[in-house]
Amino acid sequence: MLTKKQLLTKGLLSVAPHMFSVIPFGIVCGAIGIELGFSPILVYAMSIIIFGGASQIVFLQLLSGGASTLIAVTSVGVINSRHLLYGAVLSEYLEKLSFVKKLLISYLVVDQGFAESNKFFQKNKNEPYLHYHLLGSGGTLWIFWQLSTLSGIILGSFVPEEIGLKFAVPLTFIAIVVQDLKKLDHVIVMITCGLSSLLFFDAPFKSYIIISPIIALFVAALVLRLKK
Amino acid sequence: MTWSSIIIAGIITYFTRMTMVALVDRDLLGERIKAVLAYVPSAVFPAIIFPGIFINDYGLFIEMNDPKIFGAIVAILVGYFSRNVIATILSGLFSYWIIIFLL
Repeated sequence: MLTKKQLLTKGLLSVAPHMFSVIPFGIVCGAIGIELGFSPILVYAMSIIIFGGASQIVFLQLLSGGASTLIAVTSVGVINSRHLLYGAVLSEYLEKLSFVKKLLISYLVVDQGFAESNKFFQKNKNEPYLHYHLLGSGGTLWIFWQLSTLSGIILGSFVPEEIGLKFAVPLTFIAIVVQDLKKLDHVIVMITCGLSSLLFFDAPFKSYIIISPIIALFVAALVLRLKK
Repeated sequence: MTWSSIIIAGIITYFTRMTMVALVDRDLLGERIKAVLAYVPSAVFPAIIFPGIFINDYGLFIEMNDPKIFGAIVAILVGYFSRNVIATILSGLFSYWIIIFLL
């Protein structure tokens, strides 16, 4: 059995490599906000209040492009709706927590933390303090997201756009799913999702980000049925 | 106006994180749904990966000789064989940079 501290450390270490993408993306995110002419306090407050990289950038870009706040808020909701899927997966492992602890730990559910903690949970179902792993991964991502967006706000236009730091984002997610390329059923689901996301890229409110997972999960259900 | 919309967006985002963890009883989900949920990472992350590679900042498809495609292929190969997250990210970034800055 692992202690709480060991689980916390394992969670921290599991997301540490992803800092190679989180930090550049955070810097870009802060810098874009300033470049679009928003006040530093407002840009930074989003990292605490919303705490979701892609949705923060889209929100500011929409507002500065003259979109209504309703459209901007809806887009944030649609982009972040993928967390519902993460929550559904994690709920199995967080079931035993008190309601208040569930409310608190939910704030830390983000892409890379979910991905890494979920991998750990699948292999260590019986550990009693599993949620400390999520606390370690999500907490680390939170701290570095705050620091990096803050750096981006301070550096502002000094961040050169042409070096393509945003490319680190797809790479970090490639690192997360690449081992599942060994399994044919997962490959089918991934290709379905990827192609759908390109097909629906222009759908309103950036909804490709939730439409394509839903299509891919239907395909996953079909695959499961065929396997039987 | 901007502040209040940020706060509303924040509350909505928090609900997307919290609803399934704290409000929905897991027993409501059937066995089949639980089995399908095992595919969530494979069903979600390509929707971030594919547009991040194939679509540029202006929402247009990239050319087939774009350095991002080369970077992604290198990252997939390195990631598959090394099983190392840092190696995956850095190999992809560096191979991409080598093409845009040196060639």
